[in-house]
Amino acid sequence: MTIPTPTLSRRDFLAATAAGVSACACQGVPREVAPLDIPNETRMDAPLFFSADERRFIVAACSRLIPKDELGPGAVEAGVPDFIDRQLAGPYGQARTWYMHGPWEKGTAEQGYQLKSTPAELYRLAIRDIDDYCRKKYRNAFAQINPQDQDEVLGALEKKDGIDLPNVPGNAFFTMLLQNTTEGFLSDPMYGGNRDFAGWKLIGFPGPRYNYVEQIEQYGTPYTLPPVGLLGRRGTGVTKA
Amino acid sequence: MATKLPAVDAVLVGFGWTGAIIAQELTEAGLNVLALERGSFRDTIPDFSPTHIQDELRYAVRKATFEEPERQTLTFRNSTNETALPMRQLGSFLPGVGVGGAGVHWNGQNWRYLPTDFRIRSHTQERYGKQFLPDDMTVQDWPLSYADLEPHYDTWEYLCGISGKAGNLGGAIQPGGNPFEGPRQREFPNPPLARSAASMKFDEAARSIGLHPFPCPAANTSRPYKNPLGVQMGQCTYCGFCEWFGCGNYSKASPQSTILPVLLRKDSFQCKAGANVTRVNLDSTGKRATGVTYVDAQGREFEQPADLVVLCAYSLHNVHLMLLSGIGTPYDAATGRGVVGKNYAYQATANVDVFFDEIVNPFMGAGALGQVVDDFNGDNFDHGPHGFIGGAYISMWSTGGRPILQHYLPEGTPAWGAQWKSAMHENYLRSPSMQVHGSVMSYRGNCLDLDPTYRDVYGNPLLRLTFDFHPNELDMMKFTTDRAVDIAKAVKGARGYRKRERKGHYGIVEYQTTHNTGGAILGDSPGNSAVNPYLQSWDVSNVFVMGASAYPQNAGYNPTGTVGALTYWAADAIRSR
Repeated sequence: MTIPTPTLSRRDFLAATAAGVSACACQGVPREVAPLDIPNETRMDAPLFFSADERRFIVAACSRLIPKDELGPGAVEAGVPDFIDRQLAGPYGQARTWYMHGPWEKGTAEQGYQLKSTPAELYRLAIRDIDDYCRKKYRNAFAQINPQDQDEVLGALEKKDGIDLPNVPGNAFFTMLLQNTTEGFLSDPMYGGNRDFAGWKLIGFPGPRYNYVEQIEQYGTPYTLPPVGLLGRRGTGVTKA
Repeated sequence: MATKLPAVDAVLVGFGWTGAIIAQELTEAGLNVLALERGSFRDTIPDFSPTHIQDELRYAVRKATFEEPERQTLTFRNSTNETALPMRQLGSFLPGVGVGGAGVHWNGQNWRYLPTDFRIRSHTQERYGKQFLPDDMTVQDWPLSYADLEPHYDTWEYLCGISGKAGNLGGAIQPGGNPFEGPRQREFPNPPLARSAASMKFDEAARSIGLHPFPCPAANTSRPYKNPLGVQMGQCTYCGFCEWFGCGNYSKASPQSTILPVLLRKDSFQCKAGANVTRVNLDSTGKRATGVTYVDAQGREFEQPADLVVLCAYSLHNVHLMLLSGIGTPYDAATGRGVVGKNYAYQATANVDVFFDEIVNPFMGAGALGQVVDDFNGDNFDHGPHGFIGGAYISMWSTGGRPILQHYLPEGTPAWGAQWKSAMHENYLRSPSMQVHGSVMSYRGNCLDLDPTYRDVYGNPLLRLTFDFHPNELDMMKFTTDRAVDIAKAVKGARGYRKRERKGHYGIVEYQTTHNTGGAILGDSPGNSAVNPYLQSWDVSNVFVMGASAYPQNAGYNPTGTVGALTYWAADAIRSR
């Protein structure tokens, strides 16, 4: 991996990396000129969808779904709330590719998702309902109750008819929340989660390494190169190959 | 009002595998060919470049290379007494969209059907008696034999540079191959892929209990290969991003990596992307097609006249277009009359995950890198004591270790919390999964027709899918999944296994396979089929219908190898007509 030459001014470097980001989405720019870093001006935690209350809920829920412990960072430390925020603000949150025309019927489990809500709408309605439920039962919003009670609420939502929320099926929301949390923990860091490759380091996935011809028949041998993302190795502490 | 365009000799609806083969063959025969593709144009570079294609979230989870239900989907119900509801997001199967079709995102698991798969009704009745088949099972013999298709399987396999080991050369069983396969005229063009750690462990276990493991024939090239069209493919690097991704390494056979470099240079060939065909137009007699109508990306409607119309879309869309266009008599499940939409079938799958003490590096792999036993597929074993027909192969795949969708955890692991996290840490590098990949027979009630309520973005009725698993399939899967467990128990160095069975009703949510078959089946008479043995509509003689929509029922194998062979078989007939 080539390091940008020292003679390049900061402004030139930023311009070059910005061009690299947009070009690599369509042209397969060689790794040598692909950016290793995101310009400082882009912040992964810039709020795009969640309100402050909603964000507090998501941070609290993520910290219970994938907690920080002796094995390493949890979902919050890995940036998963930022990931979910960005996903909900984008085409996924708007259900851009889903068939969203009526008539609407409940259907069977086999027929799958039949709710009128996009993912973004489902989050908004469900968070409000769950916070109301927690205020009634625990006298505080979800983010403010103790971790054991939070686990109890999440465990009830996980069951098919565990909590009867007024506006949305709690279980449908929990399924989506858990799925998105896992996605954020284990997807390429360029989407805002899996920060410092926290998820990939936990399990041992080295990222999109591309070539294992030399290693595939070395049975039982650990693969030792550190994780790499599609935009490089930011956050691994490794500065050169 | 549609704009009428200048006529072409042949218009192809859809430009995936079958479209590319037909276009190559018909242009060689001197015809002017136009392919209309609803999706966008795509090529290996830039669209599948390794600098961005290895993105699990974008491609596998958010499904960037697949059909968007927002534009076109289907409705689904388990039985005719339910109301079908739209498949609002993709799940159980993933039709491709764009040039190359699903040929871009397949794994490359490349199979021939067994000789007995082509005559399943007569073979079953001969071996097990007339009473063996349930009354509502509507399986029928193919109107052609394995021997008829063999030369075309061969052409297809050499086009794709299949990596494998023959098990039967001209009737002589070969060590290291599949001893159950039909006779083949020559060895595969390339040797098997390198074997992964999981394949080796499976191989040893299966042999130890008397089974016959072999490497899955792979459309991932084990070495550099130049195909008969002169197109160069590169050696697979085992990057583990085949299925649901394009290949940036020219190693996975796709239209782009095998045919398009030759085809796209021809003046007699043109492809229009973003052209969604909404009708095959018929003349006043209804017996002859005059061309097709399509809508472009701007919503403008065009009429494209042609002497020959070849439906090369995904199996479900071929059937949908026939129903919308009034080609053939629609099937009616209540009476059993009609043929278009009849005998829809699918694939039955189950898994047995194995947990090893030692690491197996699951992220090193290829789409068709796996060790397989075929001992319990088709009629390779005596069905007499079991009372069901059909079977499954059992495979240990090393298709990749993408973290979001390809992690396997022991039974009883919570789905979240500290215990989940710890289980991920302990098991990801140590747990490959075995697949049980089973046949699905056709039944009177499993069918396709037009939905009475829901419409697509073009205002056309959605296709309606009525499908459920039947006792024959569930019994077969129970038996074959238990055989997979036998292998899991024989594996050395394993801590345990997790059986994920196929039970209950078919559901459209969980991904199973994109192996949807039937609906425009081939047969020997207009009374029992929508197309003749050469895939020509019985009703509209200048319309041909390619692909797995022609299968009268589904065998226990991935369908693409037979799709390729069948397309060459049909192309041969069209050319020599």
